[in-house]
Amino acid sequence: MELVVIRAGVWFAALVLALMACALSVDWGFAVHMVICALAAAIALIVTLRGKDVDAISRGILRSPDPGKYDDEVIRWAVIATVFWGMAGFMAGLYIALEMAFPALNFGIEYINFGRLRPLHTSAVIFAFGGNALIATSFYVVQRTCRARLAFPGLARFVFWGYQLFIVLAATGYLMGITQGKEYAEPEWYVDIWLTIVWVSYLAVFVFTILRRSEPHIYVANWFYLSFILTVAMLHLVNNAAIPVSWFGSRSISVAGGVQGALIEWWYGHNAVGFFLTAGFLGMMYYFVPKQANRPVYSYRLSIIHFWALIFLYIWAGPHHLHYTALPDWAQTLGMVFSIMLWMPSWGGMINGLMTLNGAWDKLRTDPILRLFVMSLAFYGMSTFEGPMMSIKSVNSLSHYTDWTIGHVHSGALGWNGMVTFGALYYLTPRLWNRTRMYSVRMINWHFWLATLGIVFYAASMWVAGLTEGLMWREYGPDGYLVNSFAETVAAVHPMYVLRCFGGLLYLSGASIMAWNITRTILGHAQRDEAPFGDITFDPARDVPLTPAPVQ
Amino acid sequence: MAHDHGAAGTETGHAKQHGARLDEATGTHTVGHEWDGIEELDTPLPRWWLILFYICIAFAVVYVILYPALPGLRGATPGVLGWTSRGALATEIKTADASHAAVRAAIAQTPVEDLIRNPTLQRAAIEGGRAAFKQNCVQCHGAGAAGGKGYPNLNDDDWLWGGDIGAIYQTLQHGIRYPGDDQTRTSLMPSFGRDGILTPAQVQDVVSHVRVISKQDPASASSQRGAVIFAQNCAVCHGANGEGGRTVGAPRLNDAIWLYGGDRAAITNTVTNAHAGVMPAWGQRLDPVTVKMLAAYVHSLGGGEATPTVPVAAR
Repeated sequence: MELVVIRAGVWFAALVLALMACALSVDWGFAVHMVICALAAAIALIVTLRGKDVDAISRGILRSPDPGKYDDEVIRWAVIATVFWGMAGFMAGLYIALEMAFPALNFGIEYINFGRLRPLHTSAVIFAFGGNALIATSFYVVQRTCRARLAFPGLARFVFWGYQLFIVLAATGYLMGITQGKEYAEPEWYVDIWLTIVWVSYLAVFVFTILRRSEPHIYVANWFYLSFILTVAMLHLVNNAAIPVSWFGSRSISVAGGVQGALIEWWYGHNAVGFFLTAGFLGMMYYFVPKQANRPVYSYRLSIIHFWALIFLYIWAGPHHLHYTALPDWAQTLGMVFSIMLWMPSWGGMINGLMTLNGAWDKLRTDPILRLFVMSLAFYGMSTFEGPMMSIKSVNSLSHYTDWTIGHVHSGALGWNGMVTFGALYYLTPRLWNRTRMYSVRMINWHFWLATLGIVFYAASMWVAGLTEGLMWREYGPDGYLVNSFAETVAAVHPMYVLRCFGGLLYLSGASIMAWNITRTILGHAQRDEAPFGDITFDPARDVPLTPAPVQ
Repeated sequence: MAHDHGAAGTETGHAKQHGARLDEATGTHTVGHEWDGIEELDTPLPRWWLILFYICIAFAVVYVILYPALPGLRGATPGVLGWTSRGALATEIKTADASHAAVRAAIAQTPVEDLIRNPTLQRAAIEGGRAAFKQNCVQCHGAGAAGGKGYPNLNDDDWLWGGDIGAIYQTLQHGIRYPGDDQTRTSLMPSFGRDGILTPAQVQDVVSHVRVISKQDPASASSQRGAVIFAQNCAVCHGANGEGGRTVGAPRLNDAIWLYGGDRAAITNTVTNAHAGVMPAWGQRLDPVTVKMLAAYVHSLGGGEATPTVPVAAR
């Protein structure tokens, strides 16, 4: 009882503080944000006072099966949030791709111009879609592989809902023009503080669940998840160190400026890729691939060596984002050589994932979820080769500032992160809602092919666009003068920008099919009436060469 | 799928942990752990993987020795090649400059009017001007120099301040209405409507007249009243028949070329508020040879005029 009173008191104080901050705000964006915070605090207050009722309400909304031996309610919410934010992020991505090809779509409206929607897209796909996928899978995996329920169930719920508040504050902030101008770390100081509280809670839930384990060893997926949570906390704190201009305003001054600020930003930015999008998702891969293939992990030793090599090397590779800038030469050199050494440790994860299918490759004929995992690992391998290659200074002098970078990022994001997440969602949904399988297996296959084709169109068009730009920018005529103006290079890549939109549309279509499939599964609809997948019986009569027909 | 899991002998040589079993599909033992049904095989590191990893590390070590790399208290190791990014850039610029040195020296010594009389120099100047144009001028005048609203088209023969190469050079060198340059081209059209010089009705009459002399509208009572007002207020700069005046950069009004638009609303706005476009004095930003080359390039675009035998007094 006392605990409830204390919690309610905390939320009430938060509510009062938010309303006061709103009244004292020096800019309207901050005022809007404080209203959102006040609403969130009010909801938290009501939930705290209602107590146990809330769980029942939540299970009613989600049509959850009876509570099992693991604490899965928060994971169900996170699965739904992953699908929701994924759709939002993919749609924002398609729209800004269209804005790039057809700038009239900015309509002169500041709230939807490219500059504001672009961070909305990147944050929605990385932090909202990817982040919720990581929260869902890490809570699922850590419980199963530790054979322990989540430590601090209340705190786990706070992590999920607090993270959604962070997403809402970040997204609405971008639309209102609130940004601290750091790529992938755009939210302002008060949102950063809130995320710090949420993230430390996440770390506490995860670590204490591991400590409660009834297994002698910690499974490799949990090493990756733990390194992801821990490192992201460190990156976030250092890169976002800033002094607010006003305690009641949405502006701040970064502690580090100039080239130091740039280096810290790219140390952060690169390791957001390294630890959020690589280590975290490798954690996902290490659980769901062996489970779906029903095979042992290929090599225990490889998992140890590539884990430690990966996390030791990744953290130093950030300076390769600043080749040929004011960054001192020595830092550029180190950024490049650490990136090259990173190639094999990255591939260790791909090898361990793909080779886990040894003895189960035939399942690819009948299991589209396994196809998603295998294609995901293939794109992981491609982009972790491409990354070190692009970090080589002479390659970078061609590729930097071109759309090649965009193609590279998306082959990793759409291919690796997207597909492994889709696979995990298809694995999780029937199990979390106690269904025998997804509503439709054939729709998973459609999703697989639409996503694969979408990535091919996206990445290929951006590779061509990037090389075109890089080569046109450095083209010299016979008299030794540059040949092209910047506007001419923009005109040259316009067809590629249109093709990119088409690729994005395919990818979004696939994700829409997934959203439909998952919704039907959760709602408990009867399985779709469809021919069993991959059930093609061998007909010896058809297995003959075509008989040549005589010419008439 | 071919599977290289190392020699079976090494596998069986290991002391197996409790729970280790032989996986039949791969012929490899598990390490004996199990989590939620997931086991792990005791496969050794793939040989090719390990070798490539070592090669990458060796490459890194060699690269670190060759190039600036290891930071210390008093700066970083310079690398045995002595390479620096600033040094490499300086060398590249030096090489490029050297390759242009002879032709640039020749252009520097040639008066701009004579530049187009020497085909070799003219061609070199146009090439250099084209590059400089793409870097400095396309933002306003467009990649094809076709201009836009408020920015003249440079491909036609309608010149505000003169189209012989000397006049173009003068415009480039000192700019138009550019603060801080004593010789900048300057003039100021009065804001006839805004400042109350003409009543709104009179402005409409002048607009009617301009529409007539530009052959867009037939004559009307309004345009006849406007003709009188035009003669009193506008003709001094734009000429009695609207043929324009290059000494003050007054646009020609009796053709179909419009800097700010030729429909009734646009002309009304121009007469009411006036426009005073600005171009930078490129002589302050670019070296003299580049400005000459730009003049040669713009002159070559299509509307370049011959140099007058008697220099224009205003120049």
